[in-house]
Amino acid sequence: MKFSGIRVLKEALTGHKGWKPLWRDPDPKPAYDIIIVGGGGHGLATAYHLAATYGITNVAVLEKGWLGSGNIGRNTTIIRSNYLLPGNQPFYEFSMKLWESQEQDLNFNSMVSQRSIINLAHTDAQRDAYRRRGNAMHLSGAGGELLSRDQLREMLPFLNFDNARFPIKAGLMQKRAGTARHDGVAWGYARAADMRGVDLIQNCEVTGFDITDGRVTGVQTTRGPIKAGKVGVAVAGSSSRVMAMAGMRLPIESHVLQAFVSEGLKPVILGVITFGAGHFYVSQSDKGGLVFGGDIDGYNSYAQRGNLPVVEDVAEGGMALMPMIGRARLLRSWGGIMDMSMDGSPIIDRTPLDGLYLNAGWCYGGFKATPASGYCFAHLLATDTPHTTATAYRLDRFNRGYVIDEKGVGAQPNLH
Amino acid sequence: MLIPHPLLGLRDSQEFTYLGDASLMNRPDPSAVTAEADFCDYVFLRDNPAGVHRELWFHEQGDRSWLIVTRNTLTHEILGAELARDLPARGAK
Repeated sequence: MKFSGIRVLKEALTGHKGWKPLWRDPDPKPAYDIIIVGGGGHGLATAYHLAATYGITNVAVLEKGWLGSGNIGRNTTIIRSNYLLPGNQPFYEFSMKLWESQEQDLNFNSMVSQRSIINLAHTDAQRDAYRRRGNAMHLSGAGGELLSRDQLREMLPFLNFDNARFPIKAGLMQKRAGTARHDGVAWGYARAADMRGVDLIQNCEVTGFDITDGRVTGVQTTRGPIKAGKVGVAVAGSSSRVMAMAGMRLPIESHVLQAFVSEGLKPVILGVITFGAGHFYVSQSDKGGLVFGGDIDGYNSYAQRGNLPVVEDVAEGGMALMPMIGRARLLRSWGGIMDMSMDGSPIIDRTPLDGLYLNAGWCYGGFKATPASGYCFAHLLATDTPHTTATAYRLDRFNRGYVIDEKGVGAQPNLH
Repeated sequence: MLIPHPLLGLRDSQEFTYLGDASLMNRPDPSAVTAEADFCDYVFLRDNPAGVHRELWFHEQGDRSWLIVTRNTLTHEILGAELARDLPARGAK
């Protein structure tokens, strides 16, 4: 079933009776070449790329709940490639390029909207740091430009430019950044993978790994045992729990991150704006709601809901940056579980067990990485070598001393 | 969240700074043959359990004591708190 303008027209004229479910709901087969644990954005993107890019279609995605029930539907939908470090920036730029062609590749409207991101600088030192980061972005082909205070005042007149403590001095803009329909991304990958023969198996929780002679040969699930040539784990906040079943401890803590949306308002914020003095970022959804967030709560949590001190902190950040936000009423808030790694960067690698592969540690930056994460994890599963843009994301980089610490705060996950 | 401070009673968790798993009290022996690997595990690896978790909280905006708080990471229910200094430096688990 291919989506097109003509098809929408045809369905409109025939009472919309021809639409079919986007994917099948199959029972698990006894064995697959590759099993992906986790039917979220990264797992579904991995399955899609295994089938579409690497021609491996005897693949199952096992999901404990329903497809896209985790962080892919809980984030603030921002896509960008404005990182600094050489281990990160080429990967995120690869992801940005995949976003740009995603709707055509998947034949699905994931509402990718390159409406720009602006990171605000509030001190001279911060402006210098953003200039450096902008140069790193140019080196990877991501683009980016430094905006002066006057340029910003023209674009965003509602910001508090003369805040006594945090005056706005400059901004780093990436025009190619923007937003995407987050759960639409999961559905698009799910449909495209299913169309290529991947089995998407929901309500199927992995309860153990079959390990013989240091090799993973299959998984135990709530829907029975399933054999597998290789098993890839992409379960975000649950990484430590799942890998513990294979006897592994990870350089990861699970933390809760909250997000917020206001009532629908007329268009006021064009792209994404981030406050450089506190932790606050905001964009406006196509429905009009201001979508914003800030820091993680800061303590280990699997609860998918946060506490009020961070609500207050985020609201204070918003008020400091754009006082008019005080007139908007908060509509909803929610939480998701982040796999906070020890250096703030992800892991896409083999594990000490043969046949077991790990994709984890995305902290609260996993959404923008979804396309490249899937591509690179599929590359690793298919070829047993890391993709060229993901060579730094090794599991053993901590022991070897090759951490990728964008913030430079050390092995303290709640500070990344 | 309210943390039952052993000396000060119920205190708002906002007064505290969170460090992490209480096993960080058990610093490895630097003179052991396996010290390098031990310290890698100590610095980077965590149990990260879903359920009861013993963890270090610093009463930064209070009496500046370190507490070991027992908390359920699935529900945020706090099950108890004790002064870290009351526990031996090794084998605090």
